[in-house]
Amino acid sequence: MDNSPKISIRNLNVSAGKTQILRNINIDIPKNKITVILGPSGCGKTTLLKCLNRLTDLYPELKVNGQIMIDDNNILAAKEDIYKLRQQMGLLSQRPYPLPMTIYNNIAYALKLRGIRNRRETHKLVMHYLQQANLWDEIRTRLREPASRLSIGQQQRLCLARGLAVNPEIILADEPTSALDPISSQFIEETFVRLKSEYTIVLVTHILRQAKRIADNVVFMYLGDVIEQGSVEEVFGNPKMEKTKLYLGGTFN
Amino acid sequence: MYLLNRKQRHTVNSTWMIISLLLVALLPFLLFIGLYLKSVLLLHDYSLADLIFSKVWRPSAGKFGFYPFIIGSVWVTVVAMLITAPICLLTAIYVTQYTKKFFLRIMHPAIDILAGIPSVVYGLWGILVIVPFISRYLGPWLDVKTMGYSILAASFVLSIMIIPFVLNILIEIFRSIPTELKEAALSLGATQWQTIKHVLLRKALPGIIAAFGFGLARAFGETMAVLMVVGNVVRLPKSVFDPGYTLPALIANNYGEMLSIPKYDSALMFAALLLLAVSLFFNLVMHFFIVRYNKY
Repeated sequence: MDNSPKISIRNLNVSAGKTQILRNINIDIPKNKITVILGPSGCGKTTLLKCLNRLTDLYPELKVNGQIMIDDNNILAAKEDIYKLRQQMGLLSQRPYPLPMTIYNNIAYALKLRGIRNRRETHKLVMHYLQQANLWDEIRTRLREPASRLSIGQQQRLCLARGLAVNPEIILADEPTSALDPISSQFIEETFVRLKSEYTIVLVTHILRQAKRIADNVVFMYLGDVIEQGSVEEVFGNPKMEKTKLYLGGTFN
Repeated sequence: MYLLNRKQRHTVNSTWMIISLLLVALLPFLLFIGLYLKSVLLLHDYSLADLIFSKVWRPSAGKFGFYPFIIGSVWVTVVAMLITAPICLLTAIYVTQYTKKFFLRIMHPAIDILAGIPSVVYGLWGILVIVPFISRYLGPWLDVKTMGYSILAASFVLSIMIIPFVLNILIEIFRSIPTELKEAALSLGATQWQTIKHVLLRKALPGIIAAFGFGLARAFGETMAVLMVVGNVVRLPKSVFDPGYTLPALIANNYGEMLSIPKYDSALMFAALLLLAVSLFFNLVMHFFIVRYNKY
């Protein structure tokens, strides 16, 4: 397996007006690993994630500078086809936002955007992705119901299946378990661990134990700066920076 | 110190709220009953179908056919909605999805000012601008004979009147859709237009129906501005360039001079009853659609 990073972020700066949200970020995200971006609320984790699939384009007040290389493409370059680019990544947000359609069509819509229109193939793939997201057995008889009738935990897994359905290489997850109960959270975490052989996963969280449980790599951020990054053993076992130690010790303020 | 203890105050407050609720809830029924009692004289002598579908309106000869008024009202309302609906929907989408936020901040007061203009002013504007425009330019250009006072003129004026109301509601509806839903669709690789078409419009559908229903009800009941430009001729309009007559205009024009003719009074009350029934019907249909599409 080659060791070059899947995503490498170089000198990334994001500002909104006079406030600097991200300051000189340099991160390497290895392939087929779970990289956890850890840090207290408001440290710029979500903004960083939004830069990766250029949802920052939605906010004209944000100024994004620097380089984000995914497989040797600088995705911040203006000429990049952002629709293709976004399909390289599945997004899982803090709260589930199922599309206003049936459960089935939530997945089928993603497939349609990917160019799959054949009905039998759609059928097969909807089932496949719902299984991958650990949801199929619970809802196989309810596929034609509105997605909003599912429980929050099920909705989140549906959103994961939808994200996988665009056939991405990367999964971006923004505190995906913060609205979920412990059992649903565990489902999501297990799914991530299972999926990492096929995908590169970037998980934003402020939950230390979650990071400890599933991370391969950890990036610790504070107020728009990357404080420390490395393997989970390094960062958790032997933190070098004072701020990291404090945060890990739970005495941060 | 209070005169009453906490529990007593609670009782007094909640009783007072229940009374106001009942008052509001009862009002439509009281109106309905009142109008029915007033028009029962007419309903006693003529069958309901006769009144609604007969085309002859000659109160002095005892002939009360409401069909021309009903049709006139329906024409004016439908054409007004055909103008209003696409304009409002496209404007709301554009303003909330494509422009910067400050644009909306400029638009809002402008829309509110439009909404606050009295309907008689719109009527005057219709007489001075729309009616001549139709009789001098639009009519000759399309090769139809028209004197300008017409269904079309009324619809034009009406749509300008209800656009601010419908638009305001639609803008609020589109703004209330969470950004995250939009981001979810975009993250799947949807273009902005696909996101709007498949996700936002779908999400907003119950609200859009409600907004249009609200506009429809307003248009159907609008009296003054329509009365001033619709021509007030009791005849079945053959095209939108023909003059017509509407139910509200019938009541407004004739109440006060009908005392000498028997049952005229009752007939106008029946017109009011019809208006009430129709707006009730609109409300029910609207409600049905909102419930139907609200499940997503």
